[in-house]
Amino acid sequence: MSGDSLTLSQHGDTLVEDWVSDKETFHVPWGKVMMWIFLVSDTFIFSSFLVGYMNVRRTTTDPWPYPSEVFALELFGSNVPLILIAIMTFILITSSGTMALAVRYAHFKDKKKIFVLMCVTAAFGASFVGMQAFEWTKLISEGVRPWGNPWGAPQFGSVFFMVTGFHGLHVSCGVIYLLTVATKVLKGHYDVKGDYSIVEITGLYWHFVDLVWVFIFAFFYLW
Amino acid sequence: MENVETQQPVQAQEDDEQQHPIGVYLKVWILLFVLSFFSYMVDYFDFQGMLRWTLIITFMFLKAGFIVAVFMHMMWERMALITAILGPPLLLLFLIGFMISEGFYVFGTRVDYMGRPETAERNHVVHEEGAEEAH
Repeated sequence: MSGDSLTLSQHGDTLVEDWVSDKETFHVPWGKVMMWIFLVSDTFIFSSFLVGYMNVRRTTTDPWPYPSEVFALELFGSNVPLILIAIMTFILITSSGTMALAVRYAHFKDKKKIFVLMCVTAAFGASFVGMQAFEWTKLISEGVRPWGNPWGAPQFGSVFFMVTGFHGLHVSCGVIYLLTVATKVLKGHYDVKGDYSIVEITGLYWHFVDLVWVFIFAFFYLW
Repeated sequence: MENVETQQPVQAQEDDEQQHPIGVYLKVWILLFVLSFFSYMVDYFDFQGMLRWTLIITFMFLKAGFIVAVFMHMMWERMALITAILGPPLLLLFLIGFMISEGFYVFGTRVDYMGRPETAERNHVVHEEGAEEAH
């Protein structure tokens, strides 16, 4: 019996069975449950930010600046809309892919491949943060502040700095987290117990960071 | 007693769990690229109005769904974990609903009491380096 071959009614049976059997409910490593609980709470934090953004955008009587023009870059003599943000999006997706592969190799306890793939993921994450720093510098030099900007609704700046700043903080922490776990993997730290579930747990965090970006990209940059 | 029967399959499942063929990851990876490219194209070709919103939201939910289901292994988890994770965030729909309704009201009072500024048309952005003291 593997999880994906269950019918809906079998899913219902396992749901009842797991909750009433008077023993542990979730049949996964406890670290994974803890990470999921953290991610659910983080979902609420990011959702509060995005709902707050929705609210100021809904209620402001000032015009909202065009994000695709604000984040345009001049390339080869013409303004390409939103190009840096698009590149950042692709970088984050690429890093999610390399992380998924690292998680896969964790199943085979292939230390070198896990280490390399996690370091590649961290490198993509670091370059993402670097581009974000560039973006912040550019906007600050153009006069965008949390309390105002030259193009319209003053709330634009506060939403931009808060949402992307909080996401950037998550990416930065993720890079440190990835490098820490990757180093420990290479040193054989997890061979003591033969338990490599930490790689999957780190992966959950990293994919979540990518997931949050999907929503920020859609609501803040494209809307 | 019956635990013996229920416990066996659970163990078997945990052993199977991570042996998904590599193909499914690569396919989803490519799909995420394609969907991101499409959503960027929505902006590039400057679709507006209902079409823009529909496309953005559709691509967003497809991407989010694939990330959670495949990359975060949700489709291979048991129902107890799936519902425990995906259930609570549904409450956010209430928050969104309340804030939309509140937002319309606040906007209305602002227009009524403060008047709508003349610059209500959206301004096009002019990039000026070093406009430090703009505000």
